[in-house]
Parts: sequence; structure tokens; C-alpha cells
Amino acid sequence: MLLIECPWCGDRAETEFSCGGEADIRRPALPQTLSDEAWADYLFMRKNTRGWHRELWNHSQGCRQWFVVERNTLTYEIAGSSKFTTSSEPETEGVDSSAD
Amino acid sequence: MSGRYSAFSLLSNALQYNRKWPRAWRNPQPKAHYDAIVVGGGGHGLATAYYLAKEHGYDNVAVLEKGWIGGGNTGRNTTIVRSNYLWTEASLMYEKSMKLWEGLSAELNYNVMFSQRGVYNLGHSLQDMRDIERRVASNRLNGIDAQVVSSKQLGKAIPGLNTSASARYPILGASLQPRGGVARHDAVAWGFARAADALGVDIIQQCEVTGFDIQGGRVRGVKTSQGDIAADKVAVVVAGHASVLAGYAGFRLPLESHPLQAFVSEPLKPVLDTVVMSNAVHGYISQSDKGELVVGAGIDSYVGYGQRGSFQTIEHALQAIIELFPAFSRVRLLRMWAGIVDVSPDACPIIGATPVQGLYFNCGWGTGGFKATPGSGWVLAHTIANDQAHELNAPFNLERFASGALIDEHGAAAVAH
Amino acid sequence: MQTRRLEKGGRVDRTQPLNFSFDGKTYQGFAGDTLASALLANGVNLVGRSFKLHRPRGIVSAGAEEPNGIMQIGRAGHAQPNARATQVALFDGLEAQSTKGWPSVNFDIAAANNIFSRLLGAGFYYKTFMYPRFLWRFYEGFIRAAAGFGKAPDQLDPDRYEHRNAHCDILIAGAGPAGLMSALVAARSGARVIIADEQNEFGGSLLSTDQLIEGTPAQIWLQAVVKELNASADVRLLTRSTVFGYHDHNFVTIAERCTDHLNPANRKGVRERLWRVRAKQVVLAQGAFERPLVFCNNDRPGIMLASAVSSYINRFAVAPGERAVVFTNNDSAYQTALDLNREGIKVVAIVDSRATGAGELREQVAKVDIPVLTGHIVTDVKGSRRIRAVKLASWDGQPESRAIVTRTLECNLLAMSGGWSPAVHLHSQAGGSIRWDDCCQGFVPDESRQGNVSVGAGRGLLSLPDCLSDGLAGGLQVVERCGLVAAKVEIPQLPETPQSTLQPLWRVPAEKDPDRCPKQFIDFQNDTAVADIRLAVREGFESVEHVKRYTALGFGTEQGKLGNINGMAVLAECLQLPIAEVGTTTFRPAYTPTSFAVGAGEAVMDLYEPVRTTAIHDWHEQAGIPFETVGQWLRPWYFPKKTEDLDAAVARECLATRAGVGIMDASTLGKIDVHGADAAEFLNRIYTHNVDTMKIGRCAYGIMLGEDGMVKDDGVMARLAEDHYYLTTTTGGAAAVLAWLELWLQTEWPDLKVHLTSLTDQFSTIAVAGPDSRQVLEKVGCSIDLARSHFPFMTVKDAVLGGIDVQLFRVSFSGELAYEVNVDSRYALAMWNKIMTAGQAFNITPYGTETMHVLRAEKGFVIVGQDTDGSVTPVDLKLNWMLSRDKDFIGKRSLSRSVMVGSQRKQLVGLLSCDGRSVLSEGSQLLDDVSAPSPVPMVGHVTSSYYSANLGQPIALGLLINGHARLGDRVFARASSGPDVAVEVTSSVFYDPKGARQNV
Repeated sequence: MLLIECPWCGDRAETEFSCGGEADIRRPALPQTLSDEAWADYLFMRKNTRGWHRELWNHSQGCRQWFVVERNTLTYEIAGSSKFTTSSEPETEGVDSSAD
Repeated sequence: MSGRYSAFSLLSNALQYNRKWPRAWRNPQPKAHYDAIVVGGGGHGLATAYYLAKEHGYDNVAVLEKGWIGGGNTGRNTTIVRSNYLWTEASLMYEKSMKLWEGLSAELNYNVMFSQRGVYNLGHSLQDMRDIERRVASNRLNGIDAQVVSSKQLGKAIPGLNTSASARYPILGASLQPRGGVARHDAVAWGFARAADALGVDIIQQCEVTGFDIQGGRVRGVKTSQGDIAADKVAVVVAGHASVLAGYAGFRLPLESHPLQAFVSEPLKPVLDTVVMSNAVHGYISQSDKGELVVGAGIDSYVGYGQRGSFQTIEHALQAIIELFPAFSRVRLLRMWAGIVDVSPDACPIIGATPVQGLYFNCGWGTGGFKATPGSGWVLAHTIANDQAHELNAPFNLERFASGALIDEHGAAAVAH
Repeated sequence: MQTRRLEKGGRVDRTQPLNFSFDGKTYQGFAGDTLASALLANGVNLVGRSFKLHRPRGIVSAGAEEPNGIMQIGRAGHAQPNARATQVALFDGLEAQSTKGWPSVNFDIAAANNIFSRLLGAGFYYKTFMYPRFLWRFYEGFIRAAAGFGKAPDQLDPDRYEHRNAHCDILIAGAGPAGLMSALVAARSGARVIIADEQNEFGGSLLSTDQLIEGTPAQIWLQAVVKELNASADVRLLTRSTVFGYHDHNFVTIAERCTDHLNPANRKGVRERLWRVRAKQVVLAQGAFERPLVFCNNDRPGIMLASAVSSYINRFAVAPGERAVVFTNNDSAYQTALDLNREGIKVVAIVDSRATGAGELREQVAKVDIPVLTGHIVTDVKGSRRIRAVKLASWDGQPESRAIVTRTLECNLLAMSGGWSPAVHLHSQAGGSIRWDDCCQGFVPDESRQGNVSVGAGRGLLSLPDCLSDGLAGGLQVVERCGLVAAKVEIPQLPETPQSTLQPLWRVPAEKDPDRCPKQFIDFQNDTAVADIRLAVREGFESVEHVKRYTALGFGTEQGKLGNINGMAVLAECLQLPIAEVGTTTFRPAYTPTSFAVGAGEAVMDLYEPVRTTAIHDWHEQAGIPFETVGQWLRPWYFPKKTEDLDAAVARECLATRAGVGIMDASTLGKIDVHGADAAEFLNRIYTHNVDTMKIGRCAYGIMLGEDGMVKDDGVMARLAEDHYYLTTTTGGAAAVLAWLELWLQTEWPDLKVHLTSLTDQFSTIAVAGPDSRQVLEKVGCSIDLARSHFPFMTVKDAVLGGIDVQLFRVSFSGELAYEVNVDSRYALAMWNKIMTAGQAFNITPYGTETMHVLRAEKGFVIVGQDTDGSVTPVDLKLNWMLSRDKDFIGKRSLSRSVMVGSQRKQLVGLLSCDGRSVLSEGSQLLDDVSAPSPVPMVGHVTSSYYSANLGQPIALGLLINGHARLGDRVFARASSGPDVAVEVTSSVFYDPKGARQNV
């Protein structure tokens, strides 16, 4: 059972969270302009990284916030967590989430 | 073959103190070139090589395995074999596999211990029962043995199963596929390896593929830990690592690799003579010939290549098994382990061509790959030999994710009510 | 008679005799005994049979590695299969049975297998039983009947189990000398400590030794340390507690056995407790396992591990034999010879494979005149149910040599020691690597991957002084890693005993070559012998994993604790590789078998999963009605009167609702409050229709799609204010939809100012439906004018109803004039009662999910999850009118993918049985041609089917390929059984297609 740091609540057991898969998948701004292939790429294709992986977790049994965890999918080590921020807020803590 | 297995060969070898048994397969050095290379020495890959040689006359084939054959998901699953899938595309392919299973021990001259002890899929809600009726009706129209059984029948057929109406999730009924069952997982890999080797297939272990030689959009060979090997055609059959190899070839797959855990109990005297699966109370269970209860847990929610999952998943499976079989409470867990399952968006595999010419992928079997082992190898061999999918695997192409023609096997079980 | 009980000594309490039975015969032991020690004290020697060959077997060990003494303890619901006799604490009235052997363990017919043992070599079953095919299940029946050990209980487990979460600075696994030293320094340094040991008391090897610490018996030192730890406030001591799993992020699981050692009459509280510990640092001090020596017939009863012999003598005061031979390749077994001799048991000889023999201990045995035969081996033994003699040969140290028997020594006990294998299980489970250590000739921990340190015998340090100082050093290390200041702890003084080195001896030479000699067992339980490994290699199984799987080496209930290293060494010899290059196997939990029940904890039976009930549930319960399970919810299914069955009750409820008024508890609907300046914009991106143009106070039916274009959920949504919406979801979808909305909001559109709040439990919903519903609410007393002119269809208003604040929705899932009353759950039951009372005059009829389903099906309203299955688009449901052209929304792009348009889609239609009588089975497949050969093409399936009392005929909904273009066609429905039913394809709206009844 993993120990996950919620950026709002601190370290908590994995049972309080649900995993949302690969982070940094941005919804295309103009979906209707995309080809079926490009749309499918957004919809289904995944990096499925073996190694360091940025992924979404939701503190579903706690504060209900979604955040990004950088985790190694081979060793399951966690490097850190970061919040999603609005464009007006600066990044506050945790790992670099510049891709957002 | 001279080393043919039989009661007679057992006896005559015993008289010679078992010193004359031949190798089950050779341990060859890789050649510089093969007509076809299968990457991945699990059951699916070995079956692919076997059927390439057997059905399509390929006499220059290699299977490259980074570790030891059968050491991935082939040796880590709960060995359930069934073909009672909902969608016609899936059920016809799994049924092809089932038919191959039925003759497999004889075909391979290797006892894979395919035991058709029946597979029950339990229903715990009215919607489960609707889904079961829909699936069984479809199965029967597809020529697959399937039937709906009542809770009362279950109580008689499966001693110990909690069919009480006061259970937390009362069992309302089930589907039954009598021809379903279990097999000995290691034996499947070894049987295919031995039979493929006898047909000239080179099985090369400790040979990790680290890249592909791709020229002008066409595959020309593979780079491996034992050097470069040229090949006209390359089939990648590496459950758990398909995305990693697709990355080497320059494309992505619609897959996520998750840990899937299982465990066995200590060996017990016979107590469960069939296979019981439950989606709602998530756990599935059978008893091996050795006497161990073999239990499958749910998949862990995160991507994981570590061949281990989280303990709460095991706890949930234990709770589920006690919910189904309360008297197993004091039975003890002996050993737990995990495989890596490649989960696709529609819970169906991808078998066929890729953006790279001459490069074929077979992946995305999720939690259900073992049962497909012979059928999967059979259709992939056909696809490689003809450079065109067989009608059984044509629907399982990679293009379906763009067109939207998904075969939504998990749809029926995974939506709101 | 405890014929083999020593007169004094040991840690058993001779004042507390305990009666127990084994295979129906009664014996006596003492408090402090294990079942194994008590059996040995009574001279019971043959306790089991091996798995395959059914060879007679006796107790080999004194601990978790016991392969032979596998027992069935107790009976009925209390039965415990596969208990290891060496780990079962004796209690008065204990009933034990051997688990192998028919008709009895003493006379086992299947022992005939032994005669054919050469036929039953590794993997023999892969080579036969193949023909004819259909007979496999017949053969298999025999194989299964012969397999297994104990019997699973056939009755409910009467005991309770619990989970307990704990956090600590330092967790110590194993309370032997090393672990105790670590605990001492950790405790004195102020760390929060948990120390767990699988035995019934702390001490580990100290319990079985006669060594002195600081001049007094080790047990005195032990007592003082345990006393100090007990007195430390932040130290938790767990006995009978096995650290069985080391998981990621220093999460460690411990199974504590609380009551099994007690007489059943005295058992109270939970039987076993799972400790789920998150530790900052872990000290692994599990010790080491002694290895057997691999010679011919080394499995005969009377052959034991030397350390086990010492344990039985020193700890349990049992002499496991009268005439002993000690066979060893290292020094430690000399101590066993001294222990035997001290208790007056004749030690015929120490047979030492080494040319030079032991170090200082050799002098000690010389002092007591124990003969030592150096450069000798025991190559074989005589006797089958008990050894009678050992055959000796001299040995030149060459593994390939052939033994020539020079003499035979009579004895009935052979204590063997092949060296020690550190228990690296937890280190390996934690992801740590291991390496071969030439000094101890075993695998020892190498790099750790989590916060832990291995100490003592667990990393190959076998002498007591080494263990003590290493335990201290390891303790200091983890104390520092925890950021604490280490306290001072003195290492207890005791004399060093210089040791001479162990001689690798993996396969003891036999008189014949290894393939022809009597079996040299490696894995006792699974009957894996040297010849089996040689056969496996001969056949091409070279990887250690292949060999293990082919020969079943290490797959017994002790999981290779005894035999794995010997097996790997024999494999290395076959492959002519150093052992280190043969590779290692990965250790997986559980360290020792752990009950299903303790892993499951409290969450079984009634507590398996929470049951969610509505605030009105008590009323339903009193009505004595059946419930439908929907997710975790229990929902009223139907409200039968006296003898009514489902059909009769539902017909009555349906008729009454459409003719007068019905009432339903709809509280399980998911309810989400959406509030904030950007609420309209947010929902506009989620729902398919134009949300932003809705007027305040209006309701709308809304659907959400997944990004794949498939219908995900549906419900009514309402605009309560400019910046405030309320939406409902399906019962099963509530939590998932909320999480999904949060996902979009937080990750994709964090700039939107919106707050989402679940109201599912805070508010209850009572649906009042039917032409008389308005009058009923008026009679209850409503603060607002309910007339259509003031409160039209698809609007929402706050009101006071019967004196209670409510939110009143003028919406309908039945197609009738209807209201949904949203009320604070605390007042829901009162509200329900008020409406029921007011409704009496109108014959108000409560109805459940079944009637709700029929009424909505009459109107052609779909249930997401029943009429859809995750592969259905809104276009398939003919809901094109709900898809806004003016904006993007989640899933819109997917609807224009190539296969989403066109005539091959399955579309929602109505289905009417042509005979006007047959109610279709839900799930039936639809066919055009019933006589087509298999596989028969299927053109759709039935999703909902009911008898409609209001229409006087059965109705059904289904999904049919190109169905919207096939109205009027005839197709056939085929269920899993029963005759085909011809059906006509119709509109999916059967009742009041214009919607006149709801809009009044």
C-alpha cells in the first residue's frame, strides 16, 4: 500500500486515493478540427511509461482534490506531488509541472 | 520425434534411471537472419512460433525471450480457460482457442492438464442477471456451450458457496460454461516450446530486444542483448511490456500496464471442483490439482511494471472469497504474486499490423490472456504468414481506436445503473 | 507416557500437564510444549507422509520450516488445516490429526508410489495421461484425491478477526539476540518501537541455548531485556506475531495470533489481528534456517536438524532419541552433540565431512569423549519408519567422489547440519537485492531499497557475540536515520568461541551415481530429490525458476525455507556454474502461511461492505418488503400486499399510479450542487444541451457523454440561480460522476470558478406521481400555488410542505403529473408520513424500483446502465435533439468518427410480442433469421421487458441494428432457453407519446 502525499493534506495511505492515470494529457482546444487519428491519439493512446511517470491521483476519501504525483512505475518510489494551479497562481511546491 | 512422451516412454526411461530423456528444447545460438522472429517467449509467443512452423511451413523462426520462457504472465495467472464472451467478435476468437485447448495435450504430446471442470460467472444483482442472460443467449447463438443456472442449482453444484438470500450481495444466479476450466500454465509454455523446437524453431532465452532495425518504414531486424539479428518479419508478443517495445518502434499503443495480483492457499484435500468467478464481489477461485485454492484479485489502479501490487487489493480479494465461501475463512494464504496486464480501452486485445511494415503486435489482453494462448498464436501466425489478418482477429486491429469500432467487452459490466 | 521427556530443565511447566490427542489417541504434554515437542516427548515419531511418494516422515525441525508435521487441528468451525506441529502451542484438549496417509499415517496404501518412484520423477505428469483425451478428468480425479494436506473447514468460522493500523519509528522483525539489541537501543533512544516475534515468547535462539551471557544463563539476560522493553512506554511487544509481508513504502503487515494457544473455553476476543504498520525504519532480524544435508534416504524419521535437536533438548526438555549420530559440515552441530551428551543421550559419533573438524568445540567434545570422525560422511541410512543405523564413508572432499561404505553405526537419531541459510525473505520482499556469501555459504542481504537494515544471523552472522553486536550496530543506524540521538548501550560480554569454516557439501556422495542411488531429498514435502533436479537440467530446464517449477522445489507449505539453497547448489553443480550465477528467486509474501480471515479482517459477513439505506428505510422495513441491491444501496423493490407476488404487486402499483397517485422513495439518486460564477460555463462543457441559456427555476433532462461519445450518465438538472445549478445522477453513478466532474474542473479548467458539493445523503427525494399527486400535496399543505399556471412542468421552487422546507421539482419519470420532493434527510421520514397520511384519501400507493422501471419503459425513458452498456451514443437513443450544435461538449468529437454514423449502429426501439402475451427475457438476442446456421447473426438485444398492466400487454425496449429505420419489421427474440418469440419493432414510446399527461 503506497504512501501518497496529498499536497493539501499531507502523507496518507493509498486507500484514501484513486488513481486517474497519465497526467499532462491536455484536451485539444478545437476537437472538431482534428482528424479521427489525432482525436484517437488524445482519447486512447498512452505513454504507459516504464520508469518515472507523472500521473493523476484524487484524494477521493479526503479533500477530493486531484493532483499530480511523480512516481516510478517500476520501483513505485514517489518523488513528489504537485497541485494543479490556475493560470493566475504561481506554482507553489512539489515537482515541476511545467507541462501543465 | 524420438523423445515422444507416453506411458511407455516413462516406463522405459525409468528403467534407464531417467538418464536418457532428451532435452525438451535446444539452447541454440541466434542465427544472423530469420524469416520471422517472435519477440516474447510466453505462451502466446511460443504458440505463434509453433503455428508458424506447423501451419504455415516456416522453417527459420526464432523466439527471443529476455528472461526464461513462460516467466511472465504465462506463469503468473490463475489459468482460467473459457470462451463465453459477450461480443461475437471476442467469443468466436476465444472459442477458436477453446477448440485448440481441447486437443492441445495430444497435439503437443505434452499434458497441459486442461481440465474442463466448468466455469461459473456469478450474478449478484438484477442487472448482473440481465447481462448474464444476454451473454448466454449470445454464446448459444455462436455455438458456445453456455447456460444460465439458478441460485438453487448453484447451491447444489458448488458445496460451500454462500447462496443464502441474506448475503450482503446475494447470489441470484450464474452463467455456466461446462467446457470452461483450468490448465497447467507452465506446461502450456513448455509444451509449445518443445513442439516448436521439434519443428526447428530456435528458442533463445536471456535475449532481450532493445530496439528494432527499421528502414523505409519496414522492419529489417531487431537489436538484442545478444547482438543484432536480421528478420523479414517480427511479431511482438510481450504482455506487460508492449508499450515499451512499441516505443522502440516509434509509435504508441492505447494501453496501460497494471499489476494484477493472485494468490494460492496451502494445499487442501479436494473441496472445490469447478471455477467460480464474480465481478460484483470481486474475486475468482478454483482449486488446483495440487490442492491449492487459486484466487485472482482485482487489478491495481495504477500503472505498475513492478510485478507487485498493493496489499489492500489482496485484502479485498480475501474478503470477497470469504463472502462467497465463508468456510474458507481459516484456510491460509501461502503465496501471492502479480503479473503485469496491458489493459486496452475496450478490454479486448490488439492483434495484427502496426504502422511499421512487417512488424506485428499482439497485446492488450488485459486480465484474460491465458485462455487465448493457442488461439492467439494461431491467428497471429496466420496474420504473419499471409500479411493479412484472419477473419477471427481482423476486428482486433489497431485502427479501431480511430474509427471507433471498439469491441466493448467491459462496457456491459462497467457502467452506471 | 512421556517416555522421552527429560527429568529436568527446559521451559515447559511440569506442573501443568495438558492432555491432547493425535490421530484419535490421547497423550499428555506440558504447558510450554508445541505439538511437535509433545509428540516427540511421547515417542511419536511418524507424523506425516510426503506429498507424492507417501514416504513416512517425522518431525525435522522446530520452527517455521517444518515440512513434515502438517496437521489438522480441531474440528468443525474451529478446524485449522495444515498447521505445522512445530508452531502449534499445546493446549488442553487439543485434537490433532495427520493429514496424509490412507487408511492411516502408519499404514498408507499410497506408499506403494514409492516403489514406482522412478516412474514418478520430476514432471512425469506432463508426459502421460494424455490419451485418450476424455480420460484426463478421470486420471485427474485420482491425482486430486491424492493431493492436498488438510481439509478446509465445512462450517462457518465462529471467530472474529481485526485490522489495526499502526505507525512507528522502528519496527523490528524478530526478537532473537540481534533484534533485542536493536530494540534496546531504539527504546532507550526514545523511538516509537514495535518488535514482533512469531514465537510465543521473545528470545529466538536464546530460548534453546545453554550459553552464558555475562556469566549467567542467556535466559536471565533475556528476561532482563524483555522486562526493560515492557517497561518502556513507546515500545509495543508482539509475541505470536509473524511479520509476513514487507510492501512498498515501508508498509509492513504482521499477523498476530491471539487465542489459538489457549484452551477453547478460555478464548476471548479476536482470534487473529492484522497489524498494518507504516514504519519509518525496519530492522530485519529474522535469523537463519539450518540446512539439511542431502544424502540417501535423508528423509527417514529420526533424522532431524541439529539445531532442532538442541531446541527439543534445551527448550522443551525432550530427548528425540536414545542413540545419536551427529552429521555436519560446520561447527554448530558440535553444540548439539554436547547438549545430547549433557542430558545423558549416547552420542555414537560426530561425523564431520571436514578433514580438520571443528575449532574450539572439538576440544570440548573431546573432553566428554564423543568420538569425532573427520573426513567422513553419512551416505545412507537404514530403517524406514525410524532410522536404525547410518552408513558411513570416508570422503576426500571431491563432490564427484563415490562413497564406499566403511562402517555402519547403530542409532535412532541423526542430527544433521548443512550450514545456515539467512532468512532474507523480508529484505527481498522489500525489493532489496541479495548476494552470495562464501563465508556462510548462503545468500545474504545486499542493497536495501527501502528504509531497513538486516542484522544478525539474517545476514550470515551466526555466533551469539556477533549477533549481539550487530543488533546494536543496526539499531544505532536506524535510530540515527530517524533523526534521534542514540542512547548508550553496552554490548554484553561473553566469551568468543573460535569457529572453523564450513565446508560446502551440497550433495553427499552416494554408493551409486546420483541418478541410481536411493533418493537424496532436497524438498521433503514435495519429494524433490537430487535426481529430479538432474533430470530437469537434462531436459533443458536450466533457469532456477524453470527447475523450481518443473520439480516443485520450494513450492511446499514451507516454501523452500529448508531446501531451496541445497536445490540451487545441486543445480549449480549440474550446470557447472558457481551458485551465485545460478541466480536467485524473488521472495513473495507471505513469509509463513497467513489465514484468509486475518487478511480480510472485520469486513466479512454482515460487515462485508457498508449497506446504504435511505432516511425512509425504516418505514420500508416495517412494511416487510423485498429490496433490490443497487450498488451499495438497498432500494424498495416492490410493496406486496399479503399474498401478492412480484407481478401482481407491480401490476397493482402501476395501475394505481396512473389512475390515482403513487409514491416512491427516490432518495438514492445522486445529487450534486454546482455553485460559482462559472457554473453555467462549466456545465455547458459537460452536458450535451445548452445549459447557459436555461432560465432560473427551469429544469431540464440532461445527458453526459464520456469523451468517447458514449452515454455516461443522465438525470434532471435545474438552474436555481444565475450561478447555481443542481443536478441528479443515476444511483450507481453518483460518486463516479462527481469525481469525473472534479477531474475536468480541477485538471483541465482550473480557471473556472465552480464548487461541486455532493448532496446525495443530505437530501432525500420523495417522488409523488399520478393525476392525484397535486391534490395530495395540496392536502399536505404547500406554501406555493401548485397549479400549472404558477408551477408548470419542468420547473423547480422552494416551498414549505406540511411545515417542512422542501425543494419541489415538477418533473416526472413516469409520464404522469408528478413532483419530486427534495427534503433534508432528517425530515424525510416525517415528510413521507405526512404525504402518506394526506394520500390515504386518494389511495396513495407506495411503489418500488420495479414499478418505476415499468412506468418509465411505457414512456420509453431509458435507464443508463440497463438500456445502455457503455457502447451507446445519444444518437442511438434518438436523442439527437439534445446535442447542441452551438458549442463543444465532452464527447462531441467522438460522435462524428467514421463508425459512429451509418446504418450499422444498434439503436433504441420498442418491441411488442406478436402474440400479445409473451414477456421477453431481458437480455434476449434479436435475430432476423432463426434458422441461420451457427454462428447465428445477431441484430440486437432486449434491454428492458415488462408486462404493462396499463397497456394490457407486454412491452420491451431493445437495441437493434439500424432500428430507427425498421419500425414495423418483425424480428425474433431468443433467450438462453425457451422458445423464440416473434416481435414487432415499434417506437420506444408506448404510452402517451405526446406527453399530455405529465404536462397538466
